[in-house]
Amino acid sequence: MVIDTRVCKKHEPCEECIKACHHVHNVPLIPNKKHEIKWIWKEEFEHAFPDTAHEYLDEYLHEREFIVLCNHCEHPPCVRVCPTQATFKREDGIVMMDMHRCIGCRFCMAACPYGSRSFNWEDPRPYIKNPNPRYPTRMKGVVEKCTFCTERLAEGKLPACVEACKHGAIMVGDLADPHSEINKVLREHFTLRRKVHLGTGPSVFYII
Amino acid sequence: MLEKALVGSKKYWALVFFLAAVFLVGFFFFLKQLKYGLGITGMSRDVSWGFYVAQFTYLVGVAASAVMVVLPYYLHNYKDYGKLTIFGEFLAIGAVTMCLLFIVVDIGQTHRLFNVLLHPTPHSMLFYDMIVLNGYLLLNLICGWTALHAVYKGTKYPDWVKPFIYLSIPWAFSIHTVTAFLYAGLPGRHFWLTAVMAPRFLASAFCSGPALLLILIYIVKAFTRFDPGEKAIRALAKTITYALLANLFLFGCELFTAFYSGIPSHQISLKYLFAGLYGHMKLVPWMWASYALMLTAAILLVIPQTRNNLGLLPFLCLLVVIGTWIDKGMGLIVGGFVPNPLEHITEYMPTFPEVMISIGIYAAGFLIITVLYKMAISVMESRGLI
Amino acid sequence: MHDAGKVIPGIIAFVLFVTVPFWTNFGKAAPKPQPELPKEYKKCVESKEFMRREHMKLLRKWRFDVVRNNMRVYINSEGRLINMSLQNECMRCHTSKKKFCDVCHDYVAAHPYCWNCHIPPEEKKGWATKEVKSLTEEASSKQPASHH
Ligand code: HEC
Ligand code: HEC
Ligand code: HEC
Repeated sequence: MVIDTRVCKKHEPCEECIKACHHVHNVPLIPNKKHEIKWIWKEEFEHAFPDTAHEYLDEYLHEREFIVLCNHCEHPPCVRVCPTQATFKREDGIVMMDMHRCIGCRFCMAACPYGSRSFNWEDPRPYIKNPNPRYPTRMKGVVEKCTFCTERLAEGKLPACVEACKHGAIMVGDLADPHSEINKVLREHFTLRRKVHLGTGPSVFYII
Repeated sequence: MLEKALVGSKKYWALVFFLAAVFLVGFFFFLKQLKYGLGITGMSRDVSWGFYVAQFTYLVGVAASAVMVVLPYYLHNYKDYGKLTIFGEFLAIGAVTMCLLFIVVDIGQTHRLFNVLLHPTPHSMLFYDMIVLNGYLLLNLICGWTALHAVYKGTKYPDWVKPFIYLSIPWAFSIHTVTAFLYAGLPGRHFWLTAVMAPRFLASAFCSGPALLLILIYIVKAFTRFDPGEKAIRALAKTITYALLANLFLFGCELFTAFYSGIPSHQISLKYLFAGLYGHMKLVPWMWASYALMLTAAILLVIPQTRNNLGLLPFLCLLVVIGTWIDKGMGLIVGGFVPNPLEHITEYMPTFPEVMISIGIYAAGFLIITVLYKMAISVMESRGLI
Repeated sequence: MHDAGKVIPGIIAFVLFVTVPFWTNFGKAAPKPQPELPKEYKKCVESKEFMRREHMKLLRKWRFDVVRNNMRVYINSEGRLINMSLQNECMRCHTSKKKFCDVCHDYVAAHPYCWNCHIPPEEKKGWATKEVKSLTEEASSKQPASHH
C-alpha cells in the first residue's frame, strides 16, 4: 500500500477513508480514549515517524496529517508472539486476525511497534451507531485491527479506504510482482516507511 | 498427610477463614470483570498490560527463588537448609498457583484459555511460559510432597525423586528466563529490549523470593516450635545480599547504556519512571521509594553487624520485598508501555476492582501456603523433629 | 479417618448442591422444538438430516476456511456453489434467529456465542447506543489527557 501524503495535505481535513473503514467493519466510536478502537487513523509526523522527526522539520511536513494503520509487516512481531496463531500471516502477505481464536492475552499489542492493535475493553456494540449488517462486530475481550479488507478482496473489490478516497491518495498492489503499478510508483518516488530499523518490513509506504 | 491440615488451633482456622473470605471478595470482583470486560481495570489501548501481568512477573520470581535453598541442599549437600527446602518448595507451589491465576484474570476470553494447548505455537514465548510454569508447579508438587512424606514416614526420600529434584534446579532458572523473554524480545519496546533483562529478573527474584521466605519463616517461628536454625538464616541472608547487589548492579548497567549512549528511545521510559514526562509523573514517587528501599537494604545487608542481627533481619527483608515489588510489580511493566509506540503518553494506575481481584489471588496463594506449611509443621512435630 | 462422620454428609450435601439444576428440571420434558423453516426456499445447504446433526461442524469448517484459508466458496454434495457466510448466507434464508436457531438451542440449552459478534437479522438496525455526549464527559473526567 502506498499513501501519497501530498494529496492528503491538499484536501485536509478529510476523513473519508477512516469513516468508510470504520463503518463497513463496525468499528465502534468509543469516547473514552483509553478504550478506543481504531483500525485506521491520523497522526502527526512526529508520532507516525517518531525516530525520523527532528526539530528542524519544515513546517509543511510538521503540520501534515498522516494516515496510519496496520503495516502488514513482512516479519510481523505480533504473529511471532501470538500463543494461539489467532493472528497469522496469509500467503499473500496480509496479517490476518482470527477473532474466533483470540484469547485476549494482548501479547500482540505489546509486540506491535506501530500501536496498530486495539483491545475490546468492553462490549463494543452500544457504541456502533449504524451497523453494517453484512460484517460481524467484535465482542469484549478480543483484539482487533485492520485486516486489509480480506472480505472485500475476496469479492474482487478494493479495500474500503482505497475506494473511499476520492482523491486517489491511497493505492494498493502486489509488492512481490516487480512489474506491478505499485512497484513503479515506489521506484519513481521517495517514500518512507515507519520504523524500518526494527526489521519488521512494513508494507505501507508514504510518499512525502 | 493432608489430614494434618484439617486439625489446628483457633488461630490457624481464623487465618484460613480470613484468607478464604478475602479470596471470595476478590472472586466477586472477578465475576464483575467477566461481566463488564477488562475495562473495569485501569488498563488501556496504550498500557495494555498492567497490575495483573506485573504481579505475575513478580511471583514467577518468587517461585523461581525456591532454587536458592534447594540447590545448596541437594547439590552441595548443605545440611543446614534441610528443614528449609520443603518450605521453599511449598512457597513455590503457592507462587506458581498465583501466577496461573493472574494469567486467568488477565486474558479477555477466559473460557478460551485452552486454545493455547489446542493450537500449540512454538514461536510464541507465552507457549513456553505455559509449559515451564505448569512443569515447575508439577515438579515442586512432586519434590515437596515426597520430601515431606519421607519425613512423615521417618524414611529418606525415595530414589526416583532424585532426577526430579535435579531437574527442578535448571527448571527454576528457566521459568524466570522465559518470563523475561516475554518482554525482552519485543521490537519497539526499548525499555524491555535488553539482554540483561533475564539476568536482572533472576537477580531480583533471588533477593525478593528468599526475603519473602525468610519473613514467612520468622512468622512460622513466632507461632510454632519450628526453627530452621541461625546458620540457615544467616546463609539465606547472604544469598539475599548478593542477589540484591547483583540486581542493583544490573540496573546500573541499564542506566549506563541508556544515558551514556544518549539514545533517546532507550532513555525515555526511564525518564518517565524516575522524572516524569511532560508533567506525567504518577510513578515517580513509587520508583524513588523502590530504589531508596533497595539501596538502604543493600547497605545494611552488606554490613555484617546489621546483616547478622537476627532481630533486624526480617525488617531488612521487608525492605527488599517491598522495594523489588514496586520495581517489578509496578514500574517494569508499565514503564515499557509509556510512552506508547507513537510516543503519546497515557498513564496507568490500577483501579479498585483490579486491586481487589489481585488481593483475592494473593489470598488464594497464601491460603495454599498456609495449609502446606501447617502440614509440614505438624508432620515435623509428630516426628519430634522440632 | 476420624472425621468421617462430618466429611461424608458434607460430600453428599455438596453433590446435591451442584446437581440442583438437574433435580429441578427432573420430569419436565419440554415439547419438541419447531423451528420456523423458510417458505420461499426448498433446500438447505445440505440435506435436512445432515444440517440438523452437523450444522455446527459445517459452520466451524466454514469459518476456518474463510478466515484462515482465504476460501469463501463451499461446494455442497450436489455440486452447488455456496458463499460461506453465517450472516450473509445462512441468515439470508433463515431470516430469524429467534424463530429458527434459538428454538432448538433453547430446547437443548445450547448457547452458541456466535451472536456476540455476528449480527442476527433481528438486530440489523443496531443496538441501544450509549449517549455519546454524557460519555465524553464521563470519560474526560476519568482519564488523564494524553500528551500531544
Ligand atoms: C437457500 C436457503 C438456505 C440457506 C442458505 C441455509 N438454509 Fe438451512 N434450511 C433451509 C431450508 C429450506 C430448510 C428446510 C429443509 C427441508 O425441509 O428439507 C433448512 C433446514 C435447516 C436446518 C434443519 C431444521 C430442522 O427443522 O431440522 C438447519 C439446522 C439449518 N437449516 C441450518 C442452516 C445453517 C446453519 C445454514 C448456514 C450454514 C443454513 N441453514 C443455510 C434453507 C436454507
Ligand atoms: C433442529 C434444531 C436446530 C436448529 C434449527 C439450529 N440448531 Fe444449532 N444446534 C442444535 C443442537 C442440538 C446443537 C448441539 C448442542 C450441544 O451439543 O450441546 C446445536 C449446536 C450449535 C452450535 C455449536 C454450539 C457450541 O456450543 O459449540 C452452533 C454454532 C450452532 N448450533 C449454530 C446454529 C445456527 C447459527 C443456527 C441457525 C441458523 C442453528 N444452529 C439452528 C440444534 C439446532
Ligand atoms: C469475537 C467475534 C466473533 C465471534 C464470537 C464469532 N465470530 Fe465468526 N467471524 C468474526 C469475524 C470478525 C469474521 C470475519 C468476517 C470476514 O472476514 O468476512 C468472522 C467470520 C465468520 C465466518 C465466515 C464469514 C462470514 O461472513 O460468516 C463464519 C462462518 C463464522 N464467522 C462463524 C462463526 C460461528 C459459527 C461462531 C460461533 C460459534 C462465530 N463465528 C463467532 C467474528 C466473530
